[in-house]
Amino acid sequence: MSTLLEVSGVSVSFDGFRAINNLSIQIAEPEMRAVIGPNGAGKTTFMDIVTGKTRPDEGRITWGDRSISLIGMNESQIAQEGIGRKFQKPTVFEAQTVRENIVMALKNPRGPFDLLFKRRMSGLEDRVRGISDEIGLTDALDQTSGALSHGQKQWLEIGMLLAQDPRLLLVDEPAAGMTPAEREHTTDLLVRAAKTRAVVVVEHDMEFVRRLNCKVTCLHQGSVLAEGSLDHVTKNQDVIDVYLGR
Amino acid sequence: MHRLLIACVMLFIGICTANAQSLQPILQEHAEEIAKPSRRTVSVALDALVASALPQATEFLEEWTDKGVWQRDDGVFVLGAEDGDTLAWRDIDTGQTGDSPKDGFTQLKPNGGVRRLIGTALVQFQLSDPNITSRENAVAAIARRSEAAQLAPLLASIEGETDEALKARKIQVANYVSARFAPETADRISAIESLATDTSVEARAVLNQILTKSSGVALSLPEGNIATIRDLSADTQAAYAELVEADLAPSAPSPRDIRQALEDNIDGGRIGGLPIAQLSDPAQRAVAYAALAQSGLAPPLITTEQIEAAVGNHVFYEIYAEDDPEVTDAAAKALSSVQGRVGAAQFADLTLDALSLASIFFLAAIGLAITFGVMGVINMAHGEFIMMGAYTGYVVQLFIPNYTLSILVALPVAFAVTFAAGVAMERLVIRWLYDRPLETLLATFGISIILQQLAKNIFGTQARPLTSPDWLAGAWVLNDVIQISYIRIAIFGLALIFLCLILYILKRTRLGLEVRAVTQNPGMASSMGINPDRINMLTFGLGSGIAGIAGVAIGLYAKVTSEMGADYIVQSFMTVVVGGVGNVWGTLAGAALVGFGQKGIEWFNPSNTLAAQTYMILFVILFIQFRPKGIVALKGRAAGD
Amino acid sequence: MNNSFISRNPSVMWFLLCLAVFTFAVTLLSEASGATFISTSFLKTLGKTLCLCLVAVAMDVVWGYCGILSLGHFAFFGIGGYAIGMWLMYERTREIVETSMSANVLPPTPDEITTAIGSQIFGVVGGSEFPAIWAFSHSLTLQLLAVVLVPGLLALVFGWLAFRSRVTGVYLSILTQAMTLALSLYFFQNDTGLRGNNGLSGLQNIPGLSDVSQATLSLWFFWASAVALGLGYVLFAWITAGKLGSVIRAVRDNEARVRFLGYHVESYKLFVFTITAMVAGIAGALYYPQAGIINPAEITPIASIYLAVWVAIGGRGRLYGAVLGAAAVSLMSSWFTGGSAQDINLGFYVVKWTDWWLVLLGATFVAVTLFFPKGIGGLFDLLPRKKGENA
Repeated sequence: MSTLLEVSGVSVSFDGFRAINNLSIQIAEPEMRAVIGPNGAGKTTFMDIVTGKTRPDEGRITWGDRSISLIGMNESQIAQEGIGRKFQKPTVFEAQTVRENIVMALKNPRGPFDLLFKRRMSGLEDRVRGISDEIGLTDALDQTSGALSHGQKQWLEIGMLLAQDPRLLLVDEPAAGMTPAEREHTTDLLVRAAKTRAVVVVEHDMEFVRRLNCKVTCLHQGSVLAEGSLDHVTKNQDVIDVYLGR
Repeated sequence: MHRLLIACVMLFIGICTANAQSLQPILQEHAEEIAKPSRRTVSVALDALVASALPQATEFLEEWTDKGVWQRDDGVFVLGAEDGDTLAWRDIDTGQTGDSPKDGFTQLKPNGGVRRLIGTALVQFQLSDPNITSRENAVAAIARRSEAAQLAPLLASIEGETDEALKARKIQVANYVSARFAPETADRISAIESLATDTSVEARAVLNQILTKSSGVALSLPEGNIATIRDLSADTQAAYAELVEADLAPSAPSPRDIRQALEDNIDGGRIGGLPIAQLSDPAQRAVAYAALAQSGLAPPLITTEQIEAAVGNHVFYEIYAEDDPEVTDAAAKALSSVQGRVGAAQFADLTLDALSLASIFFLAAIGLAITFGVMGVINMAHGEFIMMGAYTGYVVQLFIPNYTLSILVALPVAFAVTFAAGVAMERLVIRWLYDRPLETLLATFGISIILQQLAKNIFGTQARPLTSPDWLAGAWVLNDVIQISYIRIAIFGLALIFLCLILYILKRTRLGLEVRAVTQNPGMASSMGINPDRINMLTFGLGSGIAGIAGVAIGLYAKVTSEMGADYIVQSFMTVVVGGVGNVWGTLAGAALVGFGQKGIEWFNPSNTLAAQTYMILFVILFIQFRPKGIVALKGRAAGD
Repeated sequence: MNNSFISRNPSVMWFLLCLAVFTFAVTLLSEASGATFISTSFLKTLGKTLCLCLVAVAMDVVWGYCGILSLGHFAFFGIGGYAIGMWLMYERTREIVETSMSANVLPPTPDEITTAIGSQIFGVVGGSEFPAIWAFSHSLTLQLLAVVLVPGLLALVFGWLAFRSRVTGVYLSILTQAMTLALSLYFFQNDTGLRGNNGLSGLQNIPGLSDVSQATLSLWFFWASAVALGLGYVLFAWITAGKLGSVIRAVRDNEARVRFLGYHVESYKLFVFTITAMVAGIAGALYYPQAGIINPAEITPIASIYLAVWVAIGGRGRLYGAVLGAAAVSLMSSWFTGGSAQDINLGFYVVKWTDWWLVLLGATFVAVTLFFPKGIGGLFDLLPRKKGENA
């Protein structure tokens, strides 16, 4: 187990409001990590910073075995480095089929001319099939993804993440709006994924977090309030104060 | 002899008033010089007329220069106008009129030189004429065309001048005249030095006249007030052409001459021994011509060495028409000082110009900025709302002839008309497209096609006038360089008023609060009981209404045509984009940048406004690179993505 | 590979078939074949319409597939026309000048010829010197290269600047409109060296082919336009099919998401923007020899907006929609504004189509945007569904 992502001393502010304040987090590979915290704690902004959507005002973010700095790289470069992200709202390409969505996400050369002239890639169908089996959408491969249910869209998005074959998955509220059965399926998916790579899950639902059974980081006002097992964190007096509001 | 004659004349025409009030005796005294004037002799007669100081003399002199004086066969001078074979004459002193056959009269036709002398004499009369208009005209005539002889009478007339303004003007003009013609060099120089602070066109003209120079070429530098020695070694061809012009060197045969010579000397299909077919090669042509020149059939070519030698042997110079170097030095110094001042004044003028252009862009763009900022809607028909406002102004003027009143009525009416059009458009089209901004752009473009064509169908293709009231017609003249038309000042004022008004509406009223709420978070706003539909409708109406008012303002100084909107729409977009969306100050900054930028580029290349616009657009495209969200950008989450 | 691509896209097959049948029918009915049904001027109109269809297909790819509402593609079309027009005008003038000079006693020198051509071409703007941008006008090969490269390069540079700074949506549209305006203002200037607002004229006379009748020439250009449209259609169908097309459409629907999948969105946009600009240039190079004249008014922003109107009416996001829209609207435009349409007498008012056609077009356009976002092409969606119900 080695450190994959190291965020240290990162701060960012919008119009005077400090969304992230001297935040430091380390993620190892493989690892499952849950990030919790009340609204406005900076969970989503943390993901924005790691994926290059938001540029931090100060601090360092280093990645991988060679400790590359992620600051200054754009979103697509960071994604190609091996960081995949799933958004809070499921965002799949609804006008296209499930297969097209997965094919697009598969780890392959990503230049326009690569796509134009290297059409036939070996084992493409097998890889698509593998992913679709994993997320349980094999029967829906040729359906327009806009026609999927909410839960299926969430899975398709997780499937697209897996197809990218990233070393780090950032997953934002994967269980929101799911039935209990769907939640269970999602949990299984994430736990399986975390065996070979790092998975960071942002979640509100404590039940879901408990089922993930992993190390938990609690954010508050843009910095780490507590870190450890779920039981350890939930017993922390500061965390209780924050959640109960004082 | 003369007196006898006069007496006879008096008897003949039955007038017995040969007293000191009469001009005729004086005329008869100098009848010879008047009837057949020459520049040398006429001054005696003119001096006598001036000395008499009779009021009739003015009219006589004026008529004389206009060839309106006739001499009867008996020598009497009358004023007359020919009408076919008859002459309608009028007596100089009594004003008695009559018709006689033209045969008995000879018209006096003074030549140009004499007329000028008469004019000078006339000026002396006019300068002290009781009628102030005549005096003003006289001073204006001197200012237009000064002569040395005018200086003394002009100076003499200053003392007695009763009108203060005219007196000041006389002193000013006298200064100009003495700068050029004062007999004493010291006087001239002091007059010239006093012009160093005068930026008027007249003063600059005076200095330039003093500094008139002509270029010349000679074997050695001539006597005289040499301005510069020209170095023409860079362009010996031009220098040689000048030598040829001055008959100082033989002319070199031109390409046309060479071709003519070649064509004239065709000898059995050959020229100079070469077959014609080969002569499309310039080198062969040179050989053929050389052969012709050798045998004396054509003038020889002038070689480069010859040209250089000839040019080197001569000196090229510029010489002042004014002989006194002290005067020219003083004038050159004064002129450079004046030009410095003129440059500064031009800069100020350009700044004011840019300011008014920026005001126009602000007026045209602010409505667009409001709708774009609040609703994220690009209204391509915005330009047509401007046009609609201008046409509203035109129609109002058809009903209300008083221009001041009609403008005052047109402004609110234009606002009302375009407000209604905007609300109708929002209700009928735009609200169905809120989630599809690109479609809005297209739909509003469809509306702009319709509105433009409708305007063409209703008002025709030719431009319609929107006349401004008289008090807006002039210009505020600071000096000869800086002048701003009142309309532009009014537009600046209007822009200022709207800036304040919009800031007030957005920051201080309930409507503004709701608008800002909807801008920032429509969902939250509607759950707070704000009806976003109503806000969108009102905002769109407000934005369109301001476009209508901008239309009236623009129509006042530009032509009202169905295509006028299109001229402003892109600039308005530029203004909004550069300024930053959804912010009044941003639009102001954008308008200032675009307005000043455009004028600034024109400053470097004043002849080409098209180029200025092109470069301005390129500049904006590059500007977006560095500030994609405009000058005043919303930051962070509020900006969205 | 191509076979499988066409077999997977039956609409391409159908389109090529229709185009071939249409071309064949027009050829048989044209004056050049001895028939009288299609006059030479109408044949030219048809040929021009095919070129407009081609640029509309390009516009559809950049807007309907990639989501960039470019208000500059008709400018690229015009630049293509200018590029070929420079050669046509230079060569044609050279032929005329050399013929008239051959009567001279002395054979003219190259310099004299150049000066004479220059004063023929640039006399209207008071010049006779060849501006620098005419340096290659003597070479057909180089000017043909310019037809593709100049619009391509311009699109590449502009696109790189615009996409790099992440300008999207209406902002981008306005920026492209600004670019178009700047271009047209540039062409309007006399100093540019392209004869200011006189434009280039006499382009229907093809150098070296003065013996060929206009009827035959028009037919050749018609064929060339049909071939270009066919090839362009296949090219764009090939690009928009498969994985590249999938990514392009994904960029249109959610650019940010595509970025997080690791695609460099800017390169894709730039690729689409540039290649469509190049095809637009080719379409323009075929159009203007048939039109005979080109002037800067052709590249003003309004022309590019009309291009968007055609595509919208035809139906975005499907290539045959763009073809239908461009053909229908441009043919109807020339029908109504050409004075062929009967005016309607309402008793109290006579509706002149020359006056009211634009109002009708504008209203149609607004209605299409509001009620039929899929345009005419959307009608094809109804067909298979009905079949399905019957079966």
